[in-house]
Amino acid sequence: MFDNLSDRLSQARASLLGKGRITEDNVRDTLRQVRMALLEADVALPVVKSFIDRVKERAVGAEVTSSLTPGQALIKIIHDELVEVMGAESKGLELRAQPPAVILMAGLQGAGKTTTTGKLARWLREKDKKSVMVTSADVYRPAAILQLERVAEQAGARFHPSQQDETPLAIAEAALEAARLALVDVLIVDTAGRLHVDDAMMTEVRALQDHLTPAETLFVVDSMAGQDAVHAARAFGETLDLTGVVLTKTDGDARGGVALSVRQITGAPIKFLGVGEKLDGLEAFHPERVASRILGMGDVVSLVEQVEEKVDRDQAEKLARKLKKGKGFDLADLKEQISQMQAMGGLSALMDKMPGLPPQAMKAGMGEKELKRQVAIIDSMTPRERRFPKLIDGSRKRRIAAGSGTQVQDVNRLLKQHAQMARMMKKFSKGGLAKMMRAMKGRMPPGFPG
Amino acid sequence: MSDSRSPEPSAAEKPRKGFFRRLRERLNQGESWLTYDLAHLLPGGKPDEAFIEEMETRLLTGDVGVDATEEIIGSLERKLWRDELKDTRAVVATIRESLLEILAPCEQPLVVPEAPRPWVILVVGVNGAGKTTTIGKIARRLGGQGHSVLIAAGDTFRAAAVEQLQVWGQRNDVPVIAQQAGADPAAVVFDAVQSAQARQIDVVIADTAGRLHTQENLMEELAKVKRVIGKLDPRAPHEILLVLDGSTGQNALIQARRFNEAVGVTGVAITKLDGSAKGGSLVAVAKELRVPIRFIGIGESVEDLDVFEAGPFLDALMEGTGAGTG
Ligand SMILES: Nc1nc2c(ncn2[C@@H]2O[C@H](COP(=O)(O)OP(=O)(O)OP(=O)(O)O)[C@@H](O)[C@H]2O)c(=O)[nH]1
Ligand SMILES: Nc1nc2c(ncn2[C@@H]2O[C@H](COP(=O)(O)OP(=O)(O)O)[C@@H](O)[C@H]2O)c(=O)[nH]1
Ligand SMILES: [Mg+2]
Ligand SMILES: [Mg+2]
Repeated sequence: MFDNLSDRLSQARASLLGKGRITEDNVRDTLRQVRMALLEADVALPVVKSFIDRVKERAVGAEVTSSLTPGQALIKIIHDELVEVMGAESKGLELRAQPPAVILMAGLQGAGKTTTTGKLARWLREKDKKSVMVTSADVYRPAAILQLERVAEQAGARFHPSQQDETPLAIAEAALEAARLALVDVLIVDTAGRLHVDDAMMTEVRALQDHLTPAETLFVVDSMAGQDAVHAARAFGETLDLTGVVLTKTDGDARGGVALSVRQITGAPIKFLGVGEKLDGLEAFHPERVASRILGMGDVVSLVEQVEEKVDRDQAEKLARKLKKGKGFDLADLKEQISQMQAMGGLSALMDKMPGLPPQAMKAGMGEKELKRQVAIIDSMTPRERRFPKLIDGSRKRRIAAGSGTQVQDVNRLLKQHAQMARMMKKFSKGGLAKMMRAMKGRMPPGFPG
Repeated sequence: MSDSRSPEPSAAEKPRKGFFRRLRERLNQGESWLTYDLAHLLPGGKPDEAFIEEMETRLLTGDVGVDATEEIIGSLERKLWRDELKDTRAVVATIRESLLEILAPCEQPLVVPEAPRPWVILVVGVNGAGKTTTIGKIARRLGGQGHSVLIAAGDTFRAAAVEQLQVWGQRNDVPVIAQQAGADPAAVVFDAVQSAQARQIDVVIADTAGRLHTQENLMEELAKVKRVIGKLDPRAPHEILLVLDGSTGQNALIQARRFNEAVGVTGVAITKLDGSAKGGSLVAVAKELRVPIRFIGIGESVEDLDVFEAGPFLDALMEGTGAGTG
């Protein structure tokens, strides 16, 4: 699902193959593909253009280290640039103002402001032990105030009531006063969704900011947003002094290129990701994750790096030579691969870096323990069995299971996994683990050890 | 149209002319994505490859999507080779033609037939797309056409979703059937359809909770709602209306695919086109699914809904505000 850029790059990679240096010429085709991939990920065009320019500047002339192909090197440059634009790891909220510190929420209709208000209230209460009051200045959307009241209740936050016939400014003022009297640490002011082309509404939210002098003014944006988000971001950024961005609905499968656009246009850091409808669905922003998701390839670069670091190059080459000669991938090879996995702390550590995968489900069976068990199973086989897995019939399975202290179904599972892997290795008979892992991304059934 | 026999145009349809003018004003505020700065790009010259590439870019930035864009650009290129594109006007006409070819077949307004009764519309879509608001607007429109309407509060999940819908019910003087928060949406909708049968109501519009198409259990829940309605009338729901947010990018097509797979979409409404979003994702959806596009939403009030018509939609989309169109 998240293999867009990889797909596109593999189309273009021919022009990069076998060349030790990235040149303007051999990179052009690839950058075109990168451009398309970014557009497909909903990064806004002007942002794509300046991004590509910077990548080109960085890439052209760069020496390619011996361990990476020029294609991999370029991916790494693209990725690094993306992470750099995305900004540092989230520093969370800056609420050191004189209490009550005010957080003002702003954004388009349906972006997730009210839900995020509840999530932040919960977050601040539970993680930072703050007392929180919320109020709604949304006097337009039917039952918006009631929605926040319900959400506040779920979040365990105080709710300052407001009425639809009040002005947003009057609501904000009263809430600020109430928050002072109640000595709460934080006041979060939810606002109505508004279109950036609606001058009256933009003026209204500016007035709210002037009045409240918020410690944080957060722009809430839907991760499914398209190209027009660049206009929205610019208008909100120009109207308000944004201090942060919240990217919502990232539990879906949108590529979220809007994150890059908004970050670049407003300059405000992305602080949180909305990852579900419930109030616990909030996460601190991780640039790596979002960058990889936009590129549509999992955290491939750090995979590449880790593999480069830890995999025994000789082993990998030996395997490659063997496969090239047409000899199959046998169980002894599998054991080799598993040992390399173990050296990297198990696949689950790598899995953590892949966005879009349900981590819990994928982790099952990929931990150190499972890898150990698999090594034990292979160790209980005869060399002939390792070389020719087809020999392993029912009685041999029982013997191997007994010898390794496992069950017959464990042996079956291992054999099945080996068969899958052998098929995969056949396809990718050149190259080592790094390449193979990239190929397997997204195809791994739960419980597959590597 | 469903009401061609009614003696007078309904309240909802009266301000038609003014409506399109308003639509044109409201749609696509800011410069037109296609025609912006064309004159500047082509200072007197004939359109060339570079110009075509620029047009390609513009289609992409309108959220039209790679597939549809490639088709449109392909036809542009063929004409360029045949030397048929003399000026920007010809280019714009060609693009319009290609877009029209994709969109015109989807120009199929929602028509509530004489029978069966009640006629059931199930409204689905991702979170925050504009389902509830669109229901309020459709209720007004159908009421204006002389239909009696009942609304089912099938969103039992989101805080105050029922109350939000009830406000729309009051605005339209239409009953809203609801249960307590957390109730089974299928049960709510079943009740509503049953009650409509008893009360001889013409149309039931069922709201549902917003859900991401990646959430399999929630998509299954939707399929169940559909199945349960089918127990009362095997052909119901008669319309499954997918609401798409007009500012959504490439994900709109994936949403349309998944909702279609889960429940079978029979119509689409696209909302929030009163901003500067181009709604170009509609092109990709139309091209792939060839599903009727029923409505466009162009604001938050009850009358801010219009029947989708490909021609005016494209004109509004392509008409620049002051930018030279050659
Ligand atoms: N500007 C504009 N806003 C719209 C339009 N349609 C809906 N909205 C707004 O978008 C927001 C979400 O609309 P809802 O109707 O609540 O959307 P929904 O799909 O029912 O949302 P959930 O039930 O929360 O998933 C509200 O603030 C609406 O007022 C439209 O055509 N134009
Ligand atoms: N799946 C998912 N849904 C979300 C998320 N954030 C908000 N929503 C939903 O999006 C819809 C609109 O949210 P709401 O907070 O009312 O948006 P507002 O109009 O900006 O205040 C609601 O259905 C929410 O439940 C999120 O991170 N993930
Ligand atoms: Mg809200
Ligand atoms: Mg709703």
